[in-house]
Amino acid sequence: MARITTLNVNGKKMTVDIDSTVSLLSVLRNDLSLTGSKYGCGEGQCGACTVLLDGQPIRSCTTQVGRAAGKQIVTIEGLEKDGKLHPLQEAFIKADAMQCAYCTSGMLMSASALLNKNPKPSRDDVISGMNGNICRCGTYQRIIEAIQIATGQINAKEVGK
Amino acid sequence: MIDERDLITEIEPERYELFEGPTYNFQFDRRDFIKAFGLGIVFIVPMTRVLAQQRGQGESGRGGFNERTPQEIGAWIHIDEDGGVSVFTGKVEVGQNTRTSLTQAVADELHVPITSVRMVMGDTERTPFDAGTFGSRSTPAMAPQLRKAAAAAREMLIAMAAEQLKVEPNDLRIIDARFVNHDKSKTLTLAEVAKGRKLVKVIPDNIAITQPKDWTVAGTSALKVNARDFVTGKHQYTSDMKREGMLYGKVVRPSAFNATLVSAETKAAEAIAGVKVVTDGNFIGVVASDQQTATKAAGAIATDWKAPGQPSNAQLFDVLRKPAAERRGGGEGGGGGARPQGSIADGLAAADKKLEQTYTVAYIAHAPLEPRAAVAEWNGDKLTVWTGTQRPFGVRSELAEAFHVSEDKVRVIVPDTGSGYGGKHTGECAVEAARLAKAAGKPVKLVWTREEEFTWAYFRPAGVIDIKSGVKNDGMITAWEFHNYNSGPAAIQGKYDIPNQLNQYHQSNSPLRQGSYRSLAAAANHFARESHIDELAHAVNMEPLQFRLKNTKDERLREVLQAAAKAFDWGKTKPMTGHGFGISCGFDKGGYLATCAEIAIEKPTGKDAEKKNAKVKIVRVVEAFDCGAVVNPLHLKNQIEGAITMAIGGALFESIQFENGRVLNSRFSDYQVPRFKDVPAIEVVLVGSKGVPSAGAGETPIVGLAPAVGNAIFNATGIRLRSLPMAPKGLAL
Repeated sequence: MARITTLNVNGKKMTVDIDSTVSLLSVLRNDLSLTGSKYGCGEGQCGACTVLLDGQPIRSCTTQVGRAAGKQIVTIEGLEKDGKLHPLQEAFIKADAMQCAYCTSGMLMSASALLNKNPKPSRDDVISGMNGNICRCGTYQRIIEAIQIATGQINAKEVGK
Repeated sequence: MIDERDLITEIEPERYELFEGPTYNFQFDRRDFIKAFGLGIVFIVPMTRVLAQQRGQGESGRGGFNERTPQEIGAWIHIDEDGGVSVFTGKVEVGQNTRTSLTQAVADELHVPITSVRMVMGDTERTPFDAGTFGSRSTPAMAPQLRKAAAAAREMLIAMAAEQLKVEPNDLRIIDARFVNHDKSKTLTLAEVAKGRKLVKVIPDNIAITQPKDWTVAGTSALKVNARDFVTGKHQYTSDMKREGMLYGKVVRPSAFNATLVSAETKAAEAIAGVKVVTDGNFIGVVASDQQTATKAAGAIATDWKAPGQPSNAQLFDVLRKPAAERRGGGEGGGGGARPQGSIADGLAAADKKLEQTYTVAYIAHAPLEPRAAVAEWNGDKLTVWTGTQRPFGVRSELAEAFHVSEDKVRVIVPDTGSGYGGKHTGECAVEAARLAKAAGKPVKLVWTREEEFTWAYFRPAGVIDIKSGVKNDGMITAWEFHNYNSGPAAIQGKYDIPNQLNQYHQSNSPLRQGSYRSLAAAANHFARESHIDELAHAVNMEPLQFRLKNTKDERLREVLQAAAKAFDWGKTKPMTGHGFGISCGFDKGGYLATCAEIAIEKPTGKDAEKKNAKVKIVRVVEAFDCGAVVNPLHLKNQIEGAITMAIGGALFESIQFENGRVLNSRFSDYQVPRFKDVPAIEVVLVGSKGVPSAGAGETPIVGLAPAVGNAIFNATGIRLRSLPMAPKGLAL
């Protein structure tokens, strides 16, 4: 079986020695100790494991690590730059867009991919763009608001009004 | 005002929440504390009634504790040498934001910034005994305990600072973690008072706490205290942990519920390098150095199980109702619930219209996004388990029992957990991980798969509710007989003034393993009651809001009803064609709510449209909620919005399908949960008064949606849906 020996994660070259058929999620969490990406279902239904692969959101639980080799992988750990939170991260805190927060990493990665494609998404755009991510605590309304705070479409002070 | 005695009867625990107390009650002496904390000052809160209430006894404390060496401890606060404030409580954080609200309470009372307070939660070795984080008790019961500790600490610290500064205590105040005298000529920090000290102070029980009208930190929309750790992915949930030398586990599951192992062929698994197979009675599991190998090895084990024949969905409601109803024999005895009032026969005789209906609710799954996980580690005969549970001390008991060790050999630690909703009261995964770790001689992590979580956890009880009622043409309800089979007694009696009523809960033998769920049976009982109330209103041709107001004198219930109606414009606008409006109200666990919902019936279009069902879309929800003084409006609104959203699943489409001891829909691709597209516009109206003690709010806001939506569907279509979920496959018109 093919082995994977290097991965580009969050701008860094990482050395690994992994069977190419292992899930990217498992490699990130267990081999690289990047545990921000979560296991929620193992079938790409909940989005808790979402990472970016060359800018595209993918479900790392159903993606074999072989497919990620040679591509740029961005995980939640790579969203913060030089100690400064991404505007989405700031907005999620301000809008209280989480409860247990287990879905939060995946939500943020899906949202960042959405904004890369569509910098000013309407409410409907956010809903259809984010529909693959489950928040069992039901903070969807907050997450929609947080995304629109990050884009400057609504003011953080309006949240929860 | 809420009378505490009323509360105890209202919060009648479900039978699966009747827990025994621990075998011992923290009979630490002062030296233990000093050893445990090192330098600084410890303030101990002697336990009074809280624990007694949690045990479901309703007894008023043990009494007679010695003030100087308490036998039972409710909480403690430690002023660290650096001036930091560490607060120890057995409560856990599962997304309800208790970490933040309890921090606010302590900061408020101690006059320190939120950032000075560190909550140590859910660690059986470091925090006092607590029955568990459930029943919406953290805010009404734990917060006042911590406030007492903090208030007493404040006064004692001021006395100590006054001595150090050589001023009178009443000349000092604490402002922003500093002691300051009247002209600010003398100041001292908390650290300067705590430094070099080694003190344990028992606080008096009669200390006054700050009333809500004088709160400064509580009552504000403080942000989640550790939010940054979550948005950066740094927070370590149990499933993220790694211990030195840790192995990964996997359990081989039985073919069906209640199955026993006949034989297992483990040779192929044992032949895999680094794999250890553990068999013990019905338990078979494996450990390996990585998860893939553990999963592969478990898959290589061939097992033969013997399982009894078991009921399936189709028989469910007969199975739940028949034996219990026969035992009851149609009489007025035998069940649990509130005391009967008047005579049902007289009430029915006085009625102009009579109604008899049956409502059902399905088993549903909590489906916490973080499935059960545990990391277990043995050091000699001492066991430490990290796991996400709402009952760390309960899980400690389970572990002690499973391994025949005393509880003082077991430590359970609960990292902030990926939700629970009442679904994580038990320690299955902790016990399994500990069994594997014992055999492996190394720490073992076990994370349940989604299929395991959907199958081997427990479910929100299914239930059947029969209601018989009578009403006069003027809208006064004269008779109300309500029987709940299996789903539970929570909120079984409504706040309607009905002279002749009987509300009973009857236990059944549940075909599936069942347990607590957000609001317990309050959701089922409200669905049945508020749907039936709507039916009665229609039977006498009365407007549903007016009908409710006519039948209740409860001021707080009337107030939330009117507040929700006003925000919704109830009665002022008519639904568009294909839309419907519905209303419901209720009370549970100290919280009052009223919910208005607008739904749309979306008719199918395109090819074969006439063969397809219509879709029920919830367009708009307004919920008014009153839980007394509000601790954190931002988080309270978030809880209410979340509860409404979660309720959509149970109302419209969630249902566990099972057959002969097997769950048929154990994946998110088969078991639909609410998603972004299902979420309506939600408006929350907070109605609480600062003069009323805070009630918990994580649960009750879930109970209003299903009946409001059911009533709205009736309003739109004339179709009355009496089974939850109401439209799993849409609506056949």
